[in-house]
Amino acid sequence: MQQPLQRKKPFPFHILVFLAPAVAVYTIFMIYPLVDSLRLSFFTQNAQNIETFVGSQNYVRLLTDPLWAPRFWGAFRNNFAFFAVHMLVQNPLGLLLATLLSSGGRGRAVYRTLIFTPTLLSVVIIGFIWQLILNPLWGIARGLLQVIGLGALFKPWLGLPETALITLSLISVWQFVGIPMMLFYTALIGIPDELTEAARVDGATPWDIFWRIKFPLILPTVGIVAILTFVGNFNAFDLIFTVKGGLAGPDFAADIFGTFFYRTFFGYQLQLGNPTMGATVAAMMFLIILSGVLLYTLVWQRRVQTYEL
Amino acid sequence: MSASSASLIRRPVPRLINQALPHVILSAYTLFALFPIILIVINSFKVREAIFSVPYQPPLPGTFDPVGYQTVFSRASFQQYFVNSFIVTTASLFLILWAGSMAAYALSEYQFSGNRWLGLYLSIGIMIPIRLGTVSILRIMVGLGLVNTLAALILVYIAQGLPLAIFILTQFMRQVPRELKEAARIDGASEYRIYWLILPLVRPALGAIGVFTMIPIWNDLWFPLILAPGDATATVTLGAQQFLGQFVSDWNAVLASLTLAMVPILILYVLFSRQLIRGITAGAVK
Repeated sequence: MQQPLQRKKPFPFHILVFLAPAVAVYTIFMIYPLVDSLRLSFFTQNAQNIETFVGSQNYVRLLTDPLWAPRFWGAFRNNFAFFAVHMLVQNPLGLLLATLLSSGGRGRAVYRTLIFTPTLLSVVIIGFIWQLILNPLWGIARGLLQVIGLGALFKPWLGLPETALITLSLISVWQFVGIPMMLFYTALIGIPDELTEAARVDGATPWDIFWRIKFPLILPTVGIVAILTFVGNFNAFDLIFTVKGGLAGPDFAADIFGTFFYRTFFGYQLQLGNPTMGATVAAMMFLIILSGVLLYTLVWQRRVQTYEL
Repeated sequence: MSASSASLIRRPVPRLINQALPHVILSAYTLFALFPIILIVINSFKVREAIFSVPYQPPLPGTFDPVGYQTVFSRASFQQYFVNSFIVTTASLFLILWAGSMAAYALSEYQFSGNRWLGLYLSIGIMIPIRLGTVSILRIMVGLGLVNTLAALILVYIAQGLPLAIFILTQFMRQVPRELKEAARIDGASEYRIYWLILPLVRPALGAIGVFTMIPIWNDLWFPLILAPGDATATVTLGAQQFLGQFVSDWNAVLASLTLAMVPILILYVLFSRQLIRGITAGAVK
């Protein structure tokens, strides 16, 4: 490839040496498995591990078969609900905390560091901690609600099919609010003081300054936070698996793609693992995540003006 | 802080509220973020009755009881889990930084054809989660005879960590002044030697990447569960998950194992919170 440059220089072996380890490991353990999984979604496998090409049969089965379709669409719906809770609660809350942090004052580094702590802990730990706190046997959640006079509202939220998913989503919000907070905070402190100072002198209220000046300036970060939330949520697994097991019960009430994928390809309890159907689920997840990423890069990133500050 | 004097005269009370309100909200939220963690830690050192009767009290001489920790250490191979997690995390981290910095050096330094495409190819993994390839990853590991080995986890975590590491390091290495490398070349340094000379200059980036790549590896449940579920290779996260599942009714043991699983990350956070926060912001903003 480098022929035109061949003056005295020999083939640049050093470039190969520098790139080889990273490209090799990345290709073998990341790209190849992704591609091979997509390929497998068009095959079936019998007991002797012999693969047969079946075209789109797995996809048709997943989307229409009475055994598969309810689980797929259930996971689809639940995963969007899981994502919606993050978008509606986690990200506005992160923005609020970041705004308060960036408004100056003493101790903001301490607040920032402390609020970020849960984000670092394993989702498994967080899942168990909240299971204990919401456990009626220990009575922490009930006790706290009673203190503020709302004791009657307490229910075993994690156990009830109507509330399990939303409770799990809120636990996840509690854990991960640190990430949008940190990203918004970085964006907000990047805004030069002169801009807001000028508006303040002109008599703008803090509310106006935020929505008319700061928010438009941090729109690129809003997009980054949204796409990171999207990819993270459609790839989530640990919390639901830890708290609700592989069946994400009761009655699959909290089943999202992560748990559905795990059950399908690896098997769980009485259900046997099915690698090719698992690959099909993974391929659908891939499509969903890819459409989110493309929407972000092709639509959002082109529309949103980025200001060099 | 910098409010104009006019507003100070006009409305002194709202100004006070404006200054106090952020503190009130932030401290309330901080309490909400830390309360569950503190509750678990203090109760892990108490006798069972005290856990239920006085959950908000720190362990006192009358209620102190390390029985949970004794159960954990006698029933589960937690020491083994810690060693496993430590090996997996440090080995992955070291190899990510090594392979990643070399690739980033090549991408930032040499104008070979396909450079841009290779950069793009290597960044696919930033957005597409490696978990989606798990079916084939398991097959590869079965084929290589690596199921239930730590090596399987390390290889997968390297692949998972490389894209972002390369992406960020490439940006940082581009900022290293060209004259520096040219001077070294004129002095007859080999390309490998120049890479080695550049490396200390991007140390802040290496530190930041190091700390924030480490956390997801340490905390991962998915790959240990699928690739290395055996007791001998279980990581802390998987070990805690399995142990907690079996001992749900032993509150002392549950609280103790949760505390034990949190401690390493909390210590790490106390030591490296600056690098970590910088890493997270650098990683996503670029």
